[in-house]
Amino acid sequence: MSSMTTQSQDPTGAEIVVRALKDHGVRHIFGYPGGAVLPIYDALFQDDAIEHILVRHEQGAAHAAEGYARSTGKPGVILVTSGPGATNAVTGLTDALMDSIPLICITGQVPTHLIGTDAFQEADTVGITRPCTKHNVLVRDVKDLPRILHEAFYIATFGRPGPVLIDIPKDVQFRRAPYVGPSNIRHRTYQPRLKGDLKKIEQALEMIAAAKKPVFYTGGGVINSGKLASHLLREFVRMTGFPITSTLMGLGAYPANDPQWLGMLGMHGTYEANLAMHDCDLMIAVGARFDDRVTGRLDAFSPNSKKIHIDIDPSSINKTVRADVGIVGDVAHVLDDMIRLWRARQLRVDGAALSAWKLQIDGWRARKCLAYKTSNDVIKPQQAIERLYELTKGRTTYISTEVGQHQMWAAQFYKFDEPNRWMTSGGLGTMGYGLPAAVGIQVAHRDALVIDIAGEASVQMVMQELSTAVQFDLPIKVFILNNKYMGMVRQWQQLLHGGRYSHSYSEALPDFVKLAEAYGVVGLRATKPEELDDRIREMINTNRPVLFDCVVDQMENCYPMIPSGAAHNEMILNDNSEEAAVSEAGKVLV
Amino acid sequence: MSTPKRDEPKSAYFLVDQKDREIRTTFCVLVDNEAGVLARVVGLFAGRGYNIESLTVAEVDHLDRTSRITIVTSGTPAVLEQIRHQLERLVPVHKVFDLTAEHPGIERELALVKVAGTGEKRVEALRLSDAFRARVIDTTHSSFVFEVTGSAGKLDAFIDLMKPLGLVEVSRTGVVAISRGAEAM
Repeated sequence: MSSMTTQSQDPTGAEIVVRALKDHGVRHIFGYPGGAVLPIYDALFQDDAIEHILVRHEQGAAHAAEGYARSTGKPGVILVTSGPGATNAVTGLTDALMDSIPLICITGQVPTHLIGTDAFQEADTVGITRPCTKHNVLVRDVKDLPRILHEAFYIATFGRPGPVLIDIPKDVQFRRAPYVGPSNIRHRTYQPRLKGDLKKIEQALEMIAAAKKPVFYTGGGVINSGKLASHLLREFVRMTGFPITSTLMGLGAYPANDPQWLGMLGMHGTYEANLAMHDCDLMIAVGARFDDRVTGRLDAFSPNSKKIHIDIDPSSINKTVRADVGIVGDVAHVLDDMIRLWRARQLRVDGAALSAWKLQIDGWRARKCLAYKTSNDVIKPQQAIERLYELTKGRTTYISTEVGQHQMWAAQFYKFDEPNRWMTSGGLGTMGYGLPAAVGIQVAHRDALVIDIAGEASVQMVMQELSTAVQFDLPIKVFILNNKYMGMVRQWQQLLHGGRYSHSYSEALPDFVKLAEAYGVVGLRATKPEELDDRIREMINTNRPVLFDCVVDQMENCYPMIPSGAAHNEMILNDNSEEAAVSEAGKVLV
Repeated sequence: MSTPKRDEPKSAYFLVDQKDREIRTTFCVLVDNEAGVLARVVGLFAGRGYNIESLTVAEVDHLDRTSRITIVTSGTPAVLEQIRHQLERLVPVHKVFDLTAEHPGIERELALVKVAGTGEKRVEALRLSDAFRARVIDTTHSSFVFEVTGSAGKLDAFIDLMKPLGLVEVSRTGVVAISRGAEAM
């Protein structure tokens, strides 16, 4: 009997899916059943090695899987049905693609003989998701299913991570085929390079030794490369003594309480980080992609520096900013070689120049760009984050956010000392990400304190996942900075559109405390600065999900800000915001 | 702190350096012949705003299930470098070759050209087709179908000449290309 002939004792496609997931160490999946995935749900029902987290909307499943993946370093898995199940997941897939988060998305599809007939709940899922996944496959023959599943895990996690979608028609889920295990997956075509070119690394080291005004600019690639990458980054940065800044996605890779840390850079980055980027003579970009939120005006971006760019994705190098030395490779591999060669060649940095550079940076730090005025009557949003940090910093705390002002304040004021503790939607900027992400994080870290720092507008986008948190006993904390505005939209309208607040007021807001009660979670509210600490403590000490309505100053703006179309040295700060003007050219940008 | 001069709207969105000239380039892309692979390549060009001047695709190795896509595009050197890397990122892509700058190649295109007419014009069409080494592959008393191969420019010239002589219809394959010399891509 040949192994390729189908036997009645062979597993069904649905059973193959569950078996492959188990073989890849999957313990949790996020999903929502429907007609076209019922066979897989049936296989899951008969197997308790995998816990299925039932979400309330497929977008919630995708963001929960992202939070799970980002906080563990393992791929997140989602299971949804055909048609609307798949289209609802599209936002989460796009989000994962933009932020390089490894996801496996299994979608049901109508039976193969109905494909193309506009069948009930049919959608061209691979067509729709082709541009928003790293790879996707429609499985037409159950014999291919084991290989496709194993390759999906390989593609999602290897190289620059990303979402991979597998679309499985219902008849394929029922058909039987031999199961083949995941050993020795070697993909025919996809073989990303992990080790950096040693000649280029040596060239980079010589530039580092010669630098007079250097700065490390690190990003999400350090986090994606794994805990070892963060460790090596710390080692190398301390060996050189260079100042370091990071993108939004890279926070936590380097400890925020370290004296070499400059804070986040970019549109809402610190004065010292942005001016160090602008004035440096050597920029060492590690796992960062020169996003427009980071560079600002490109033709005035760091005009006098040489640039070393380390990235696993060759298309990231020279995409928007030309690199003098581009090193293609995995961050941990490249940093390991850099440290080894730096020691072997007994290289030294230019200590005198570095001291002068640090003195210059200290001058910028003294500008205290994050300072804000407190008030006796109203809670300042910055203050709320600062207090949240102070009252949670001793614990194992994971923070997710939605998108907007609250997200930027969280990035500025919450100090991350470890990687994988900060989950936010950076590239796509998806409002509604944080609450389901917190669900996913809490699933992975049952005993940790998981807080979604939210805004009252964002949180309502995928709010129904509170119900998931209740069902699965996930004590997530949703900390809403409620300023009754889509704050970032309002801030742009104030700065760019003459204060015409077109549709940015959060009209008809729910009473979040009553809403919490309706969901069966704990509702808390703070409106006065003096009650803030007690309420935060109460939230931390509640071992159930909490919806915290933190009522803050409505008109507070998020500074520093590099307006669109401006350069790093043209920041608006809290105390010069009156004279801030945005150029006509800047107004057309996002 | 010096303020950079701001004479024209420039930003992250105006990446193309105006000083760099656009170059016409032919890429050959070796891909796994699997469902949707052409859609991936075409979608990449459409989604990222790159030009496609010509595109041809056919399976070249039945046993290995590989297809070869020849794409003629144009862009500044920076854009061409991006196109290449973006193509290489696609999972089913084996190799990408630049047959203009890196490995100078030869290009050919085939056209089928239908010309209808009688008398002097018919004779003139046939005489010109001979000059272009076109072959007559279908004929009636009042029409010819010519098969002509060559560079895209040669085909353009032939088609232009046929216009006053009763050109009815043209079908072209798009460009296929291969590198010169003994080595494979």
